[in-house]
Amino acid sequence: MGHSLDFSVVYDNAPALLWGCLGTIGLALAGMALALVIGLLGVLARASRFAPLRLATVAFIELIRNTPFLVQIFFIFFVLPYAGLRLNPTVTAIIALGINGGAYAIEIIRGGVQSIPRGQVEAGLALGLHRLQVFRLVVLKPALRAIYPALTSQFILLTLTTSICTSVAAYELTSVAQRIESDTFRSFEVYFSITFLYLGMSWLLMTGFAAIAGRAFAWPTR
Amino acid sequence: MITTFGLPQFGFLLTGLQWTLALTAIALVGGGIAGLAIALARTARNPFLWRSTAGYIALFQGTPLLMQLFVVYYGLGLLGLKLPAWAAVAIGFTLNASAFLGDIWRGAIQAVPHGQTEAASALGLRYAARMRHVVLPQAFRIAQPATVGYLVQLIKGTSLAAIVGFIELARAGQIVANQTHSPLLVYATVGALYFALCWPLSLYSARLETRLAVAAR
Repeated sequence: MGHSLDFSVVYDNAPALLWGCLGTIGLALAGMALALVIGLLGVLARASRFAPLRLATVAFIELIRNTPFLVQIFFIFFVLPYAGLRLNPTVTAIIALGINGGAYAIEIIRGGVQSIPRGQVEAGLALGLHRLQVFRLVVLKPALRAIYPALTSQFILLTLTTSICTSVAAYELTSVAQRIESDTFRSFEVYFSITFLYLGMSWLLMTGFAAIAGRAFAWPTR
Repeated sequence: MITTFGLPQFGFLLTGLQWTLALTAIALVGGGIAGLAIALARTARNPFLWRSTAGYIALFQGTPLLMQLFVVYYGLGLLGLKLPAWAAVAIGFTLNASAFLGDIWRGAIQAVPHGQTEAASALGLRYAARMRHVVLPQAFRIAQPATVGYLVQLIKGTSLAAIVGFIELARAGQIVANQTHSPLLVYATVGALYFALCWPLSLYSARLETRLAVAAR
């Protein structure tokens, strides 16, 4: 074995790696926010009375869920300039993450919405609530409670997916690690260490999501 | 001199597709065998067995697949093993698949009603016979939709071998896109090839799930 382990490269670059962690978390949170917006709009579009919109939504969901994220991010990275949009890699990555997470979010949220009994919607309408009010108060909130575990584990998956954004050189932990690796050639030490940083981040998010659930979805409903 | 996207380029993509399929097959077989062992250990009474396999699963589910590939790829080199790139990547995918399939099958084993195990014990069946003839056949039926669903994840996941530099479908697409300067056309084709592989499996998984739900009613 002509190569011994030397983790000092990790200590020496600790600040850069921690900034990378922040980049990853920022990327993940922005992607989740976009995914949530796409998910909610998608659920409405999926239930639209206008058939082409419904079909387009289903096509979008199937297309995104059955192709690799890497191909999606490359495609978006090269499509946007054709559309006249020159965005930096990090913004491109957020869009790709939002679209990817959004396709999964639509199906998850739809499952929750469908679990609301029809009579509950009718009761809301009978009480004189506006259609949007019914959607927000009678359908969405109880539905979100039901799908919260599925949605948050999808979001944690999205956080792990951010590592792929290194392929378009977005600012996040893996790209920081790749830069350190190319300077020091300590590939194993660097990647081994950041694997545990990712593990820590997914635990942190899981704890955070559980705390939010405890506050937002506590019975009885306000 | 600009190469256009023609038949030879498409042929190159298909060669990449073959590697995608090969990687998927290796990971599925290797990960299936190891995953079964993990599922059994995870449901065992021995606390050391189920704790360590629970940790193994949490480790693989809580870290990015890309990091797992990097660590295995460079780790094997560090151990002095001079493996070809495809073998190193295949080991990475196999480990990942074993954790995910192990967790899916753990859930399925636990979903088989406990009365089945008790009845089998009452009939005098030992652990091995109980698992082989009573619990596992039912568990595999329950696990079918999720297993096919994971297969889709696995096919899509093999694209990450491209970042390590291994030429499968996604990497082949990158190379052709750089050659032909028509990234839109090339990535759309690559996406269509993945879609052609994954979509039927997704539909099949959904159908299995409906059938299982009907059977359970």
